Amino acid sequence: MTVYLPIAELSVNIFIILGMGAAVGFLSGMFGVGGGFLITPLLIFYNIPPVVAVATGANQVVASSVSGSISHFRRGTLDVKLGSVLLAGGLAGATVGVWIFSWLRRLGQLDLIISLLYVVFLGTIGSLMLTESLRAMRRAARNEPLPLKRPGHHNWVHRLPLKMRFKKSKLYLSAIPVVTLGFGIGILTSVMGVGGGFIMVPAMIYLLRIPTNVVVGTSLFQIIFVTAYTTIVQATTNYSVDIVLATILMVAGVIGAQYGVRVGQKLRGEQLRALLGLLVLAVGVRLAIDLVVTPADLYSIAVGGFGNR
Amino acid sequence: MMRALLLLLPLILLAGTARAQVPLGQGPSTVREGLEIGTSTSEIAITSDFRGADLTVFGALNNADELFLAIGQYDVVVTLSGPIDYATVRRKQRIFGIWMNTDSMTFEQVPESYSIASTRQLEDIQPAPSLNRLGLGIDHLTLSPTGFVGNATQVGAFREAYRRLKLSNGLYQRDTRGVRFVSPSLFRATLRLPANVPDGVHLVHAYLFKSGELIQSRDLPLRVVKTGLEQTITDAAHQQPLAYGLFSVLVALVTGWGASIMFRKD
Repeated sequence: MTVYLPIAELSVNIFIILGMGAAVGFLSGMFGVGGGFLITPLLIFYNIPPVVAVATGANQVVASSVSGSISHFRRGTLDVKLGSVLLAGGLAGATVGVWIFSWLRRLGQLDLIISLLYVVFLGTIGSLMLTESLRAMRRAARNEPLPLKRPGHHNWVHRLPLKMRFKKSKLYLSAIPVVTLGFGIGILTSVMGVGGGFIMVPAMIYLLRIPTNVVVGTSLFQIIFVTAYTTIVQATTNYSVDIVLATILMVAGVIGAQYGVRVGQKLRGEQLRALLGLLVLAVGVRLAIDLVVTPADLYSIAVGGFGNR
Repeated sequence: MMRALLLLLPLILLAGTARAQVPLGQGPSTVREGLEIGTSTSEIAITSDFRGADLTVFGALNNADELFLAIGQYDVVVTLSGPIDYATVRRKQRIFGIWMNTDSMTFEQVPESYSIASTRQLEDIQPAPSLNRLGLGIDHLTLSPTGFVGNATQVGAFREAYRRLKLSNGLYQRDTRGVRFVSPSLFRATLRLPANVPDGVHLVHAYLFKSGELIQSRDLPLRVVKTGLEQTITDAAHQQPLAYGLFSVLVALVTGWGASIMFRKD
């Protein structure tokens, strides 16, 4: 059964899109990630124009983040003040990101930059996760105790000025790194169509030393608003949010996520992280191959010219 | 002087008779052939399960010369050209091992889609230069670069790539046997609209050739419209982008919220 996507302007098989949404939803439920960083490359592999894939990906992340964050909101495992400071940076970053996005599109370099960013981020995160989880598995096999973490240890980040008190996180922290982190993630949201949780969560834990119990809730809080904002800005500047595609992905995604959560609870943490690391790496490698292999055709056509579209 | 004129006289006479011989068998009244066309539909709807469509164009020749018809001296070419816009062709080059777009060329005012059917090979009907002048046929469409053209020698390569890509993605199609005479003066042409046909006003254009001479042409508009929900969505996305964006977010919020309520365990 085919369905016509009015914004992407092509007909697709609805079952493939449903399958994609469900698979990514399953994985996002299993690993507790938003899934935008998998959805966007998959859509690109399925010949959805990257412009549409990115904007629609951001819209899809809104749904999966809302679904994932409700339990955090209910339990109150989030720092609203910290989230708001992150969000201020995030909204500014998303605005700049959409501007960069439109500019790259006019230059004809958008597809390349999207692929490059994915290769760099997926490659780095994937290999870090894989090595870390393999090390943990080896340690577990030898019954070694975990090395002690020293969360109280301060690094250069904690010597910056403009300090603010975040009661919920029990932190006295400069606003500069928080806003900067939000800003960077905001740019990635609009250029790559991701929520950015896969970068934000490690950065919050290891760089800002935010207690792990509020990290996920707070990052989801900021992701909902930044992806919602990005969806609206993409819709008004690039007209590239495909609501039909987004709806199919969302519905399949949130259902898939529920089953993913159940499976995820049965697997062990290190195994889970190793699997996710492998998956992330595989998507990155696939994108990298496409960049390096001689394309079937060196030429491509775009309708319009001189920025009249 | 007189001698020269006397010498010229037979030449002038000869030329005169030669011209008089052209309307052979056409009768003294020199009635012009007429061409009438009609299409199977004046509107094609892109529905949610649209997979392309066929457009049938019927045509009739009036006052056709029996003799010329019998020896196949009439040729018909029917084209369907889509909305006109600029088109930018980009070329990739390997830079530091990565393929990226380096050169580009923008052609002005080219049809986004183009489907052509004819009674036989276009080049057998008309010589290439006059096809170029008419802009008739995929290989003869006018492709004039606009703006800054870095290297003029590259224009040919970009034009060739443009045509090849348009043919390979189905937006440009040709059928050299797509026009059939169903009776001596009635013909039928079948034009294919691909699944990715752009919406907008398309133009059906029929050309009648007699002994390699363009004698008549007719055109008819064909509207290709997205229907129902598709049209509403496209219109909303372009005319009410803010409301559209807000609505997209709302759908996401409701979907996410709904799922967490439906699957709530406690």
